[in-house]
Amino acid sequence: MTNTVKTPLVHITRRKNIVWYRAWAIRVIAVILALILCGIITTFVVHINAIEVYKTMIAGNFGTARKVWFMGQDLATLLIISLALAPAFRMRFWNLGGDGQALMGCFGAAAVMILFSGSMPNWLLLIVMFVAAIVAGMLWAFIPAFFKAKWNTNETLFTLMMNYIATQLIAFFVVVWENPKGSSKIGIINQRTQLGWLPDIGGNKYILIIIVAIVLAVGMFIYMRYSKHGYEIAVVGESEPTARYVGIKVRKVIIRTMLLSGAICGLAGFMMVASTNHTLTTTLVGGRGFTGVMVAWLAKFNPFFMIITSFILVFLGRGASEISTMFGFNDSFGSILTGIILFFIIGCEFFLNYELHFRKSAKKEVA
Amino acid sequence: MFDIVAFIPRAVIQGIPLLYGCVGETITEKSGNLNLGTPGIMYVGGICGVIGSFVYEQKAGDHMIGFLAIAIPILCCLIGSLLMGLIYCFLTVTLRANQNVTGLAMTTFGVGIGNFFGGSLIKLSGADVPSIALSKTHAYISATLPFAKNLGWFGKIFLSYGFLAYAAIAMAIIAAITLKKTRVGLNLRAVGESPATADAAGINVIRYKYVATCLGAMIAGLGGLYYVMDFASGVWSNDAFGDRGWLAIALVIFTIWRPNIAIFASILFGGLCILHMFIPSGTNLAVKELYKGIPYLVTIIVLIFTSLRNKRENQPPASLGLSYFREDR
Repeated sequence: MTNTVKTPLVHITRRKNIVWYRAWAIRVIAVILALILCGIITTFVVHINAIEVYKTMIAGNFGTARKVWFMGQDLATLLIISLALAPAFRMRFWNLGGDGQALMGCFGAAAVMILFSGSMPNWLLLIVMFVAAIVAGMLWAFIPAFFKAKWNTNETLFTLMMNYIATQLIAFFVVVWENPKGSSKIGIINQRTQLGWLPDIGGNKYILIIIVAIVLAVGMFIYMRYSKHGYEIAVVGESEPTARYVGIKVRKVIIRTMLLSGAICGLAGFMMVASTNHTLTTTLVGGRGFTGVMVAWLAKFNPFFMIITSFILVFLGRGASEISTMFGFNDSFGSILTGIILFFIIGCEFFLNYELHFRKSAKKEVA
Repeated sequence: MFDIVAFIPRAVIQGIPLLYGCVGETITEKSGNLNLGTPGIMYVGGICGVIGSFVYEQKAGDHMIGFLAIAIPILCCLIGSLLMGLIYCFLTVTLRANQNVTGLAMTTFGVGIGNFFGGSLIKLSGADVPSIALSKTHAYISATLPFAKNLGWFGKIFLSYGFLAYAAIAMAIIAAITLKKTRVGLNLRAVGESPATADAAGINVIRYKYVATCLGAMIAGLGGLYYVMDFASGVWSNDAFGDRGWLAIALVIFTIWRPNIAIFASILFGGLCILHMFIPSGTNLAVKELYKGIPYLVTIIVLIFTSLRNKRENQPPASLGLSYFREDR
């Protein structure tokens, strides 16, 4: 027996930095692998040819002009909520309450619409709706932020619970404001008078929210990259002691950033009520607050990458629901595919941050 | 009047799925892994049990053997949740991915699996039944002691449950003793508090994290199984399980990471969940919706109080949510 030191098979080290094209190559490989696995699973589980599946998915997103617009609207809504969450995550504040904050935004706008329609001119009504939505979203973000800043209360679980309180609160008001009576839901608000509806641009109700999302993406990019606030957020996220040392008021930054987060979520709610859906239900936001977490995190909080990541998720979701209607399956199939692809994208981050060094084979060492 | 004899058993059967989820998540969190995938795992546990017993009921027809009727769904449930636990561990422990993001992806995935197979199982298997109603398996799993009915209120409150309910309570007690009194429990807590220190003391951090998280996932999965097979009389309906997984995670904080407290807390939460049915509110449906929010509100209050009082033994494991990388020390 030779007296050699036992070395592990794989030795892992942290990468200093990685060239951008290599990083993207790794990500693309991960997505391709995920799509292949999804194809295999679809073929085996539901006995549909994988190529047929992807064709259907593309048709579901780009098949008709209406579908494209619809996808654009879906994408824009998700993007706005993701953009709202990004600065908080950059600060390492895990805001899982995007759902609740956006829902409160919807609530604020819808409440004004139901209670004050007709008692003021339409332009004023829209402004009051806007303000109510933003304030409601901000309030829902402020509560956990305050406790986090003051007593370091766990924000992940706090914001999570706030979602359900928002849901129940809205369930309460849905029953109170039900229309027609006994239906226990609020139908389209002001269907006939169209009071409190944002105008359609060029006869198309999907354009406005897309414009808002794009403007917001650019604004958020500038805010996070070039403003003093953005810099402070980054420092607090990297290291709180450092932030305190250089004289940043950490509490102030936490509360201010969460107020911004909540305000943008509220804006998303306002857009949903005033521009696209014109109604209030407990499932109006539909888990986008959670999907937004993944969108923001996968894009490394860069607003422009977030357009790509939210596109991937919306594409998968819509594509899969097309598959289910085409082949008569339950539309949860999309969640399974989305989950698999997310696992691969999450997993591939490892290869961006770390380098593997395999043990040199014994022969080489002899030579 | 408030009917306490009717109320308690209903609170208990509401609480048992939460208890499974809470005990599983507590063990997981003690190793420093915040598994937000628990809601998904509970769905997977439930549906795997359903698939197992669905296939068995179809195959066996009228000649079902009691032992197999119970063992097959449990085994399928454990395997399904184990796989989910392994996915989570591989991503967060081996690949050091962010735990929150991985957990949320797991929940998306798990709820998707549950609802997809729940909705398409009949079509996929080509069986000739209108809906998934596993009444035979339900009868085996929810069987109570034969004389329980004759014992009046005592039997109703203490003996009217299927064996999985008692198993949950036993499991919570075992988990509490193991965490508090044994060497393994001490090591596990060390891993959750400070993996670097544990590593230096010769504890295999990776193995502890894997075993604790997978065990936790399997226990949580049983909660899903109990819900379908016992609570819901063997009938799977999509999204029926609801937000119980999130409530179980909330319960972990509520119990300040102690499985023995979880027994009472889960029954209390179960009671809070059904309180809206017992509080006389007349025809006012709206108020009932507000009552449904009480468990979440109570969780927030507990969360605030534990952080306010700042007692050292009531805090979350110090490394909760963080990946461990030996070379980073």
